Amino acid sequence: MTEIQKNEHDAVLIRSIFQTPSWYWPAVAVLGSLVVLGFGAYLFQFFLGLGETGLNQPVTWGFYITNFVFFIGISHAGTLISAILRLSQTEWRRPITRIAEVITVAVLGIGGMNILLDLGRPDRMLNMIYYGRYQSPLLWDMTSITTYLTASSVYLFIPMIPDIAILRDLCPPGPRKVFYQVLALGWQGTPRQEKVLNRATAIMAIMVIPIAVSVHTVVAFVFSMTLQPMWHSSIFGPYFVAGALFSGVAMLLIVMAILRKVFHLEDYLQPIHFNYLGLLLLVFTLFWTYFTFAEYLTAFYGNEPDEMRVFWAKWDGPWAWGFWGMVICNFFIPVIILSINRFRTITGTVIASSTILIGMWLERFIIVVPTLANPRQHRLPTGSYWPTWVEFSLMTGSFALFALFYLVFSRFFPLVSIHEVREGREHSDDIALERIHRYRIGNGYIKE
Amino acid sequence: MEQPHGEKKSTGHRWGMVIDLDKCSGCGACEVACMVENNIPFVEKGDYQRSRSISWMKVVPETEGTFPEVRTKFMPQPCMQCDNPPCTKVCPVHATYLNPEGIVAQVYWRCIGCRLCMAACPYTVKYFNWHNFQQAQPAAMTQYANPDVSLRDKGVVEKCTFCHHRLMKVKDQARLENREIRPGEYTVACQDNCPSKAIFFGDLNDPHSEVARLADNLRAFRLMDELGTQPKVIYLAERKRHD
Repeated sequence: MTEIQKNEHDAVLIRSIFQTPSWYWPAVAVLGSLVVLGFGAYLFQFFLGLGETGLNQPVTWGFYITNFVFFIGISHAGTLISAILRLSQTEWRRPITRIAEVITVAVLGIGGMNILLDLGRPDRMLNMIYYGRYQSPLLWDMTSITTYLTASSVYLFIPMIPDIAILRDLCPPGPRKVFYQVLALGWQGTPRQEKVLNRATAIMAIMVIPIAVSVHTVVAFVFSMTLQPMWHSSIFGPYFVAGALFSGVAMLLIVMAILRKVFHLEDYLQPIHFNYLGLLLLVFTLFWTYFTFAEYLTAFYGNEPDEMRVFWAKWDGPWAWGFWGMVICNFFIPVIILSINRFRTITGTVIASSTILIGMWLERFIIVVPTLANPRQHRLPTGSYWPTWVEFSLMTGSFALFALFYLVFSRFFPLVSIHEVREGREHSDDIALERIHRYRIGNGYIKE
Repeated sequence: MEQPHGEKKSTGHRWGMVIDLDKCSGCGACEVACMVENNIPFVEKGDYQRSRSISWMKVVPETEGTFPEVRTKFMPQPCMQCDNPPCTKVCPVHATYLNPEGIVAQVYWRCIGCRLCMAACPYTVKYFNWHNFQQAQPAAMTQYANPDVSLRDKGVVEKCTFCHHRLMKVKDQARLENREIRPGEYTVACQDNCPSKAIFFGDLNDPHSEVARLADNLRAFRLMDELGTQPKVIYLAERKRHD
């Protein structure tokens, strides 16, 4: 019919849209039931009160806030990594940008949802708008996250327009064709349209970077703007951003490995992509370790009694399992795997990424809980916290919702940008050559 | 050096409390009085075990030394009613704020229950309604609830208000009689009920009031003064005992 179906390479990218894989509906059923279980748990909590969770006095925040910070952190994988790779014209980015951007849009919604799960009065949510006051870090969060969600949705959509046009042309008449027709915005692939598209993508890529940095900075500010020990720290903003990039790249690697297998994208997501992203992950591992070291050493040397109670609670107290688990999962395992070339394979990077996701979740948890359990008011008994089935259900529900979002997305849009891959196949030699010529010394290249 | 009761002078009243730790016997009558006065609900066993009980006024014991040289001190802790409260700054919906007379107010009907104020309070004196605690009360308790104080629904934060409803009553009375509030007219429940008269309450801005005088006492100190929260609950330290 059209050239795409003749080209066996790109046909695999749209196969999942027009043919349902055999595992698709069972997977949707499993994930859907996990989401329903989470929803049921939420109804339970909604009608009976937050007391159905393990939260208490003084540990008033637990799993929900941990998951909120964790998911918002993951979101940095996407748009930020994709924007940086696009702007630096990294050639190997082409098959992975969309996968990354979808992660962002999905987890941002889920992260935002987790903070709503934590509200005692979700029915009064709109008070944030009626009575909202910008003195509160929560308002900064709301503004920043909704801006980021909007920007990254637009940033996901704009580069997808040519692909939607391809689907529009392939789709048999019906409601689905109308859907693609509307979304394709009349794309014909004219040079002018190409120019506008590239321009818009570049503008969004530049805009999205400061927004992404602001998002995790203000998430950190919720903690650091209080006076609480081990929270009131000036490096919290950058520390959280570094951790966000770190966990984000780890999530990206895992999602890539899964999609590669289930959608047969072996030709697109090659070991070299995992190798390069693995190197990036190693850099973030070391960055994160440096920040953690700086944060804890500063607290330890200051030796302020209130800070030290939290410090020891993490070091060898009731939360030591979380702290040392974090150190092993975020530093020792990834560094060993990622710094040895032989281990930096697809399997190796996936193992390292999995431990990093666990480690980063633990990191968020031991930032939130031990400080609340050891408040400045040391005359009060030390707090403890263990979640109930409600929190566990809502956590699995959150992860299931993320996977479900991906499955639904894969039914409507290609997971790898056909347009960008094709552009790379046709022009990347010229682009790369021109770029090398531009900075190679002594070949007399003069820019007109 | 800054005076214990702070330099902040406003023209109106500035309500404050002085607790003489030398007189406090740790009996807990203030806690009981507060619970009755402010309709503070009891919690069920499960919630109690998860340390979710509410006590706006809490007598916190502190044990010093090792056996046999052990001594327990008691420190009644209400909301410190800071002049520079860390909790009000972070509230996203203006549900907790410092009112012009220095009382940190709490709007139960606007609170969204995010608990950021609880996380921000260094004194840990804000409490959350984890369940609908009022519903679990025996019928007689609700029947004899104080009509001046609203019952709190589940999912909102509450704390000591310096018996604000009493101030409203006193103000109404004074306005009807076309006069100022008299010193000592506005009292709080914990103060009224303290058998050893360890709690004093009054206007810190009135130089002749007893609290203003006691706040200048050499024994006066404020909890975590170094944080700059400027609490209006002032403690008088225990004198050295020779026993």
